[in-house]
Amino acid sequence: MSVVTDIAITPEPESLTTTSRRSGSVLRDALRLWRTRIGLVLVLGLTLLAGAGPFFAPHSPTDFAGPPFSNPSSAARFGTDYLGQDVLSRFLWGGREILVMAVLATAFGIILGAIVGLLAAYSRNWLDDVLMRGMDVILAFPQIMLALVAIATVGPKPWLIVLAVGLTTLPRVARVTRGAAQPIVARDFVASAEALGVPRIRILGRELLPNILSPLMVEVSLRLTYSIGLIAGLAFLGFATSTNGANWGTMINQNRVAVQAQPWGVVLPVIAIALLTIGTGLVGDGISRAAAGIDRGRSTG
Amino acid sequence: MHSGGIWGFILRRVLLGLLVLVIVSVLVFAATQALPGDPARAILGRDATPTSLAALRAKLHLGQPVLQQYWTWVTGLLHGDMGNSLANQEPVSTYLRPLLINSAFLVFLSGIISIPLAIGIGAYAAVRRDKAFDVSSSILTLLLAALPEFVVGVALVVIFATVVFQVLPAVAQIPPGGRPWDDLSGMVLPVVTLVIAVTPYVARIMRASMIEVLESDYVEMARLKGLDEHTVIIRHALPNALGPTFQVIAINLAYLAGGVIVVEYVFNFPGIGGALVDGVNNRDLPVVQALAMLIATLYVVLNLTADIATILVTPRMRTTL
Amino acid sequence: MTDDRTAPDAPSVVVAGLRIELTGSGRDVVDDVSFTIHPGQVMGLVGESGSGKTTVGLALLGHARRGVEIVAGSVRIDDVDVLALSEEQRRPLRGRVVSYVPQDPAAALNPALRIGTQLLEVLEAHDFGKSSAERNERVAEMMREVALPDDPKYLHRYPHELSGGQQQRVGLAMAFACRPRLIVLDEPTTGLDVTTQAHVLNTVRDLAGAHRVAALYVSHDLAVVSTLAERVAVMYAGRLVEVGESSELFADAAHPYTRRLVGAIPRLAGSRELVGIPGRAPSPGSRPRGCAFESRCAFVEDACRLELPPLRALDDGHMVRCLRAEEVRAHPMPFAGEAMAVSVPHGESVLSVQQMSAGYRGVTVLHDINLDLAPSECLALVGESGSGKTTLARSIAGLHAERSGRIVLHGEELVELARHRSRESRRRLQYIFQNPYGSLNPRRTIDQIVRQPLEVFGIGGSEANARVDEMLERVSLTAAYASRYPDQLSGGERQRVAIARALVSRPDVLICDEVTSALDVSVQAAIVELLGELQKSLDLAMLFVTHNLPLVRSIAQRVAVMSAGRIVELGAVDSVLLEPSDDYTKRLLADTPSLEAVQS
Repeated sequence: MSVVTDIAITPEPESLTTTSRRSGSVLRDALRLWRTRIGLVLVLGLTLLAGAGPFFAPHSPTDFAGPPFSNPSSAARFGTDYLGQDVLSRFLWGGREILVMAVLATAFGIILGAIVGLLAAYSRNWLDDVLMRGMDVILAFPQIMLALVAIATVGPKPWLIVLAVGLTTLPRVARVTRGAAQPIVARDFVASAEALGVPRIRILGRELLPNILSPLMVEVSLRLTYSIGLIAGLAFLGFATSTNGANWGTMINQNRVAVQAQPWGVVLPVIAIALLTIGTGLVGDGISRAAAGIDRGRSTG
Repeated sequence: MHSGGIWGFILRRVLLGLLVLVIVSVLVFAATQALPGDPARAILGRDATPTSLAALRAKLHLGQPVLQQYWTWVTGLLHGDMGNSLANQEPVSTYLRPLLINSAFLVFLSGIISIPLAIGIGAYAAVRRDKAFDVSSSILTLLLAALPEFVVGVALVVIFATVVFQVLPAVAQIPPGGRPWDDLSGMVLPVVTLVIAVTPYVARIMRASMIEVLESDYVEMARLKGLDEHTVIIRHALPNALGPTFQVIAINLAYLAGGVIVVEYVFNFPGIGGALVDGVNNRDLPVVQALAMLIATLYVVLNLTADIATILVTPRMRTTL
Repeated sequence: MTDDRTAPDAPSVVVAGLRIELTGSGRDVVDDVSFTIHPGQVMGLVGESGSGKTTVGLALLGHARRGVEIVAGSVRIDDVDVLALSEEQRRPLRGRVVSYVPQDPAAALNPALRIGTQLLEVLEAHDFGKSSAERNERVAEMMREVALPDDPKYLHRYPHELSGGQQQRVGLAMAFACRPRLIVLDEPTTGLDVTTQAHVLNTVRDLAGAHRVAALYVSHDLAVVSTLAERVAVMYAGRLVEVGESSELFADAAHPYTRRLVGAIPRLAGSRELVGIPGRAPSPGSRPRGCAFESRCAFVEDACRLELPPLRALDDGHMVRCLRAEEVRAHPMPFAGEAMAVSVPHGESVLSVQQMSAGYRGVTVLHDINLDLAPSECLALVGESGSGKTTLARSIAGLHAERSGRIVLHGEELVELARHRSRESRRRLQYIFQNPYGSLNPRRTIDQIVRQPLEVFGIGGSEANARVDEMLERVSLTAAYASRYPDQLSGGERQRVAIARALVSRPDVLICDEVTSALDVSVQAAIVELLGELQKSLDLAMLFVTHNLPLVRSIAQRVAVMSAGRIVELGAVDSVLLEPSDDYTKRLLADTPSLEAVQS
């Protein structure tokens, strides 16, 4: 058992206090902050773009719209890309894959990570050690590395990427959940439920889980931010579902060789990814602030 | 926790780290070589001829029992023999060594900039909490920390090398066999990208740790004893912030090691990141395996060092262990 | 060396019109506080939580915590007004002219620095002495003054290598180091065991007298204050309500609040009854226009509500903020009266502990405990921290696995962990925890919390509704509370919810583990009152765990005194407290501060 706090390689988000504020009120308070609102606007806007974009695309992503890397024209509002395909259309199509995969991977990591974290925090014995050592094994790599090793063996299959990204999210979420749950486990209302003989599963679900929702919500935003970055990054490296698929990450890589002549093929997807991750980051920070409370002053007299 | 004192603790942590590495090696090996199905066919593809398949199987020792394959591989690793690259037939160690040096240099340069920067920004923001510097740096770090590294890299290329300004090269131009320090202008953007990718997040952690120290009862007490602010910060706050600082440095380096992979690809920098991506593309398993073990070892060692340094710096832990 | 800067009768500390507000809101936390302290005198500042006493204490150093600011008033120490100075000018005064002893010594000492360093730096910061040799000599002298070893090896230690009492004495040494004119002590004995507390208090008294230092002792513990301070000021809702000589105050207080407060203090002689004060103190921002105590006062009349009564002097120099003080004094004090005899119940025991031992990770903390609880009896379990009383209570409740021996409830043997016990035995034995802020799930409503045992034991529907309503009423919580959440309730109210939860399934045995230790004195009295009444009306057997010896008289028939994991004395309350046979019990009684000593 480590005496030192388990910060190690996985950074924890800014110190969160698990307060007694209810999650509904935390979300409401978060929405009052300007940063959360801006973040939410960005996220919703870009999700809309990614989701509904294909319906507004003038061409299909693979249609020939002009010579490669040609300037904006009436056929291609933002010019063409490395194969002569319409940049605008590919851009409108390019967000779906990233977003869907990122959401799935994050969901996977959050759900399993929360379960592992709760189990580890509550068991307080050998199970805690075993689970956390298991997490250490996954944490022995940077997230992207594990995904790459997986891809090296089976190829860039979408389910594999989702699994790999989810798997690397899992231990990070588990660490945070465990850290948030440990002080709760030490509180007397948990002991009270134990004295009543409440089965352990119910204690996990009804006593512990509702009290860690705030830090968990922050983790959702944080992990979503990283998952988007990872999946877009993998696409950028050439590991997307198909090498010529319309994917913001892939687009950036495909078009950067001629970025000086025809910047739009790179600039549009860069701005889109940047705004999306900034949005999720702002929302996460807003929730974090609302949960921690604005005044951290000690009680008076 | 009184068994064996400090040395006992260090020994336990080292053994734990070794255990993690062993498990990692098993998993890496299993993922790459012990999968059901035929790895040789997976590597060479559907149109492989039976002869080439047989040759590859022999080279990968696929005929042997799995455990023996694993053993061969691990003992090889420990002797520095990482097998031969499937792509270019040379020993992996020879192939990787110059790349390792290049990447180490890149990480080193980025580290000596980002670590003091992160510690400085975080500590200063904490000391001047809620004032102008803190508020503005808080927003800035939040925004930059959210951006994926390749986005930062490409954006920098767009701004400084191609579209907006053209003052810096867009790719590193190191001749084969040359060294990164031969082309320092080409190092600028990769280093800046890494620094921007890593510093904000680490600065935020530093700020949080520092605030915790500054809000502590003993710092308040030091002020109530009439000590001047300088003494309060240097003598009372700083020693208690050291432990968290080591953790912060470890996190910083670990993040750099991870970020290097993508950033090298963006700038065509000849380092292990590029080797990894090539290896994945070519299904060059020995290279991928070797790099996975190298990075994992680095992480475990960083973790260990940070923990031990923290213990040594915290008197309470020193004496109760 | 005589210090003749001040004539012996002139006060060295004069506080006038102190007002402290929540930053930027205009709501006062402390208002119109004025008092004087003479050199060598200890003044007690007494109040319950939220009264503002700690804020006043810190203000004497010109310091305000995050979220509050000092807006008016003066603090003159030897004619220098601390509040009128700039922060830069104030700093040299702290530690040299006025110093502070904090509540939690462990937290106030820097864990990364040796205690020698921390002692020395006070001297260095204020240029005490002409050479480092002189300063080191002074440090050694300081250590002797507080009865700690003065050798370099000891000074080389880190704070965590000292016990709580030793840490606090280091804190005292640091405070007295530069021979300040005023020392502010903020509940410095909280968390210390009674014997260490007695030592620390003696040290404070001796040092203050010897060096002619004025001291302000801030505390919620009236018994402690009464043994140490010559004069006492009582605070309520941010204002002074009474100031006077401590002997007079406790024997014959003039303000209704002080009287009720004194009546709520557990005592070793006199009436056993503890009466609480209904309602709660108004928080900053919700203070009424008139007297702040009006909603809880038995003597209130219309004039009290119209306008804030001024702090006025009575005939004997006593100051009081009450329009009807003279009439109030005419009434007898609440604790007057004889102690009623207590009958010790007999009968077949409902709970029996036989040869029980328990440990933590192989270290034995309980040795061979034997105990029997008769039906409808209240047995108090008294001990200091580390005595094992909580381990014993938790083992009985099924929360501690590492034990041996037998626990028998109604003839049925209980296994170690609650979840392995039969439903019926779990229902019959219920447990109430110490910390009201941790024993209720913040995510559940009061109704859900009280209902939970019924759900576990399979009682639902209208029967459950009826029982929940009944219990809430029995603990004096209105139906409106049912839909509230714990963070909307005060500490006392939460503890009532915990009691309701424990009793809703109609157990036979109730274990109360330090259930009032985290509560204010007046709230403690109300809870003890409630528990006593419930015990009688519901025919409960009760095991009452506490470290507060006088409290035992107000609730229990028999008492078991524990020390180092063993029961050292067990018997009827009166015989144990009046004629203890064990040395440990005798020492405990001798070191326990009580009001009786002051009144005689």
